[in-house]
Amino acid sequence: MESISQLLHFFPLIIVTIGSLVVMMVDAFSKDTAKLYYLSVFFLIAALAASISDVFGPAGEAFYGMAVYGGTSAMGGVIVLLGTLFVVLLCKEYLTAIKHHVGEVYSLILFCTVGMLVLVTANDLVTLFLGVETMSIALYVLAGLIKRDKAGAEAALKYFLLGAFATGFFLYGIALLYGAAGSTQLTAIAEVTDGGLIYWGGLAMLLVGIFFKISAVPFHMWTPDVYQGAPTLITAYMATASKAAVIVALIILLGRAFPDIHSDWAEVFQVIAVLTMILGNVIALVQDNMKRMLAYSSIAHVGYIMVGLVAGTAAGYSGVMYYLFAYTIMNVGAFGVVAYYERQKGLDFTNMENYGGLGYKQPMFGVAMSIFMFSLAGIPPFAGFIGKYQVFAAAVYEGYIGLVLVGVITSVIGVYYYIRVLVYLYMREPESDTVFQQPGMVYKTAILVLAIMTIYFGIQPGALSEIFTQGFEQLQIMAATGR
Amino acid sequence: MAELIPFIIGIPLLGFLINGLLGLAFPAWREQKLLIGIIANLSVFVPFLMTLSIFMGMTGQSDPTVVTLWTWMEAGDFSADIAYRIDQLSILMALIVTGVGSLIHLYSIGYMGHDEGYWKYFAYLNLFIFAMMNLVMADNLLLLFLGWEGVGLCSYLLIGFWYSDMAKSIAAKKAFLYNRVGDAAFLIAMYLTFSHVGSLSFGEIFASLDQIPQTTVFWIGFLLLIGATGKSAQIPLFVWLPDAMAGPTAVSALIHAATMVTAGIYLISRMSEMYVLSPEVMLLVAVIGGLTAIVAATIALTQHDIKSVLAYSTVSQLGFMFLALGSGAFIAALFHVLTHAFFKACLFLGSGSVIHTMEHVEHKLHDEGKQVHYDPQDMRNMGGLKKYMPSTYWTFLISTLAIAGIPPLSGFFSKDEILVMTFNAGTVAEYGAVYYGLWGIGIITAFLTAFYMFRLTFSTFHGEFKLEKNVAGAEGAEKHLHESPKTMTLPLWILAALAVVGGFVGIPNFVASTFAGTDVSVNQMHIWLGGSIADFDLVLSKAVEWALLSGAVLIAALGIFFAYRLYGNAEVEEADKLVSARTRPLYSTWSDKYKVDEIYEGGIVNPLVKFSNGLYVFDMRVIDGLVNLVGGTMKLTGSLLRYIQTGVAGNYAFALVLGVILVFYLLLF
Repeated sequence: MESISQLLHFFPLIIVTIGSLVVMMVDAFSKDTAKLYYLSVFFLIAALAASISDVFGPAGEAFYGMAVYGGTSAMGGVIVLLGTLFVVLLCKEYLTAIKHHVGEVYSLILFCTVGMLVLVTANDLVTLFLGVETMSIALYVLAGLIKRDKAGAEAALKYFLLGAFATGFFLYGIALLYGAAGSTQLTAIAEVTDGGLIYWGGLAMLLVGIFFKISAVPFHMWTPDVYQGAPTLITAYMATASKAAVIVALIILLGRAFPDIHSDWAEVFQVIAVLTMILGNVIALVQDNMKRMLAYSSIAHVGYIMVGLVAGTAAGYSGVMYYLFAYTIMNVGAFGVVAYYERQKGLDFTNMENYGGLGYKQPMFGVAMSIFMFSLAGIPPFAGFIGKYQVFAAAVYEGYIGLVLVGVITSVIGVYYYIRVLVYLYMREPESDTVFQQPGMVYKTAILVLAIMTIYFGIQPGALSEIFTQGFEQLQIMAATGR
Repeated sequence: MAELIPFIIGIPLLGFLINGLLGLAFPAWREQKLLIGIIANLSVFVPFLMTLSIFMGMTGQSDPTVVTLWTWMEAGDFSADIAYRIDQLSILMALIVTGVGSLIHLYSIGYMGHDEGYWKYFAYLNLFIFAMMNLVMADNLLLLFLGWEGVGLCSYLLIGFWYSDMAKSIAAKKAFLYNRVGDAAFLIAMYLTFSHVGSLSFGEIFASLDQIPQTTVFWIGFLLLIGATGKSAQIPLFVWLPDAMAGPTAVSALIHAATMVTAGIYLISRMSEMYVLSPEVMLLVAVIGGLTAIVAATIALTQHDIKSVLAYSTVSQLGFMFLALGSGAFIAALFHVLTHAFFKACLFLGSGSVIHTMEHVEHKLHDEGKQVHYDPQDMRNMGGLKKYMPSTYWTFLISTLAIAGIPPLSGFFSKDEILVMTFNAGTVAEYGAVYYGLWGIGIITAFLTAFYMFRLTFSTFHGEFKLEKNVAGAEGAEKHLHESPKTMTLPLWILAALAVVGGFVGIPNFVASTFAGTDVSVNQMHIWLGGSIADFDLVLSKAVEWALLSGAVLIAALGIFFAYRLYGNAEVEEADKLVSARTRPLYSTWSDKYKVDEIYEGGIVNPLVKFSNGLYVFDMRVIDGLVNLVGGTMKLTGSLLRYIQTGVAGNYAFALVLGVILVFYLLLF
């Protein structure tokens, strides 16, 4: 009976699970894909509302320590669901325009979201694995959604092969840690602080699996190919919601299972963060394809996020949460605008060279794109700046000056390729005189809302960061350095 | 009352957003002039009523309340708070800003009614009120600076409102750049303050004044003063204000007479507790004020453009306020800010009413097929407007009497208090002798003020209408003269009424005491502000004060008398020749505006341009070369690194294995 009452704390997960099943069933019996769209939006909004109310509800462990709820988990759920909701809102118009509006998109996205929601509640390595795999398998299929597109199929296959390879490491890591601790529960693992080679080897392989999912260098190689090959809004979904889910799970993992060996894993994270920031930014400089550029940019952002993890304090973790939140809204927005340009006829509008003068063709999207680019570059007063500022500040406070220096310098490099987009949008002559198809009302409104959020959370970060900070206390995610 | 603050600050912003965004997105909205006007007016009037209700709930003894809306960011000890301070000073300023602002918004409905950029004009005006409210209500220097920059931006946008006219664009740019010079000093003052106090909020600055070394107090005061001279158009940065008259006249009244230009006085009064600690900086404030007052007044004597006369008059009156600040009479300075806001806004709006009519005449003549072109602001073309524009005339005359310092109008009380306090500073302050000299300058300026203001009034409204005589082809112009619409004359009468009674909040205590026979305290300004401002004590005897007061009235009357003798029949050019003959060789210096613009051009701007050109070469070759080298290296690295991305899944797996080895190495060794 106890575990049934505990189900009450997992409403968002339950809603999305039911939703995905309903959508799949309706898809089987109905030809009307628009219906599926409305159903998905309905379920996602319901789940988001439940998730937001969970943020202010109680927190604790459930199901004999397999899962946690409330606090950080609830906030992770909010970020994931927010990203998913906006992607789905934009999806219908985009898929219709590229003549690939098929029903399974919605059930796949919802299945994938189920995996993400399991991830953010994982308090046990088994739960963690379950979440990662539920999410990943749906993503592999989504990447190859457009069956006639060769690039998409190639991307999906590569993603699957490498993903399977990484899962091998992940699973082996879990097995070894179980060997060292005698349990797969995070809190039980925390009691072991030096279990010899099995322990350290297990941790190393577990981290490899996670680094692959968040595409940290040098585990990032799949990212550009997959991001470019997948349908643009699916890319947006992979780049935001899936990364946010894995990183929230990583915070819970690090904070609950490995708080006492912070100095050891922080060393790994430092090296990986430096590699990720440098490589992501430097290669992004020379990309002409927007989706590829955004792929490398997302790699670079993971590098900044890892700086906050290195700090290991409540401030650092809360900064990471803020970063994820900001990154999700601005990146979905940026991909949304790219997806709008892409479907225009005449030229290949994923190529930046063809962006000349587009800012004047659809003024609102031009302005919105500028806001997203400035925010991604980390320029105040946009949300991206606050996120970056918070993770860097937390790291400086803990004495990681050199690491932050690398972060700041690579951010400066990053400004080049973000502003370059604006140079094309506003300062170059149009490449063709294509008359642009106007976006629909929902599409326009969604982009507008994302742009307004990007500004609002750049000016008014206070309340949200406070909620984030409280979440860590509620779930007793220990600040590793004791602060 | 604290809960009203978000609305008082936010409603003008909302008005700006509504009119600005809707106007930008929907061209049809721009035609809804009535609606735009109503929204814009309410966006100022409602905050005025709210401010009034806060004012009613306060007394001179109320403690300051700080309302922190949110913290934008924190870094170590530094915290950027969006926080507002409710105290006697900020509420007084907020009342002036929203009150005078409301009247000028109302006036603008008629004045700008035919302009294409009507919606944009009101959007800017609301944005200005928002920025100005931030300036006066801010609880810390940083937010104050944000408002300070905001009003500078709005001033730029509105001076250059008719930007297709090159001269107006240049005037806007000039105003902006001169202000930037002051802003740079303001910023340095903030850094200095923060480095010694560790905070920028007023409460903490005042609490730790005794920990700041004397020389630092001087430098902070000095740098803030430079900032104030930029915004309030004082020597050495005053030259932008006369050019700023290129904007719509209502803007001149609101921004360049009543509110924005008094920001410098507000800033120094806000920091009064710090200023009184450094006699040197006080002296500097007073000297700058005194010199500006007389320099601007002498230039005003020679101008023919009616707005130009008013502009120099504003600079001169602001000089008086600085003189008061430097003499430790902060309350008197604010009192003059208050009265000046009434009579100078009225004068500007009156001049706008005149210009409006003169332009109307030009349009009518064009309609009749007469190709005449003349300057609608040149007083030599006016005269005799009294009988056609009675409301404008009477309100203009009342305000002129007020600015001249004729009792019992408002300007008399405030100007007299300034002169008395300057004389007083000669007794109580260090460097007393200098203050006596400044008092002398003040008296001469008071005489000049009465003289040039009546020169303006007589030339414009008395005598015969001279346009038909002066400009070929302008026959029949006189019949087109008419009074301005009600939305324009109503604000004029309200402001004129305030210019009459506004002074009664500051009746000098010694006057009341003499009549009452005992010592009484009736000066509401002192009762209201006395607790929050660090004025010098007034030590003069009643007899001396009476003597100074009578002297001031006498000198003003003398100014009016001379003006009447020379300009009473509105023959401007002949009378000017007479004045110029009597005051040679000074007159040419005055009419050349002391050649300040030319000196700046030759002494600062040109050498700076030469120096910059030299630097430019260095920048192009060396700095840019280095930057491009770094950038090029990065791009080269990028284009080499992208070859790692072979597209072959096997290679990717290989990289992954390398990564595994790296992680193992880092964790195990």
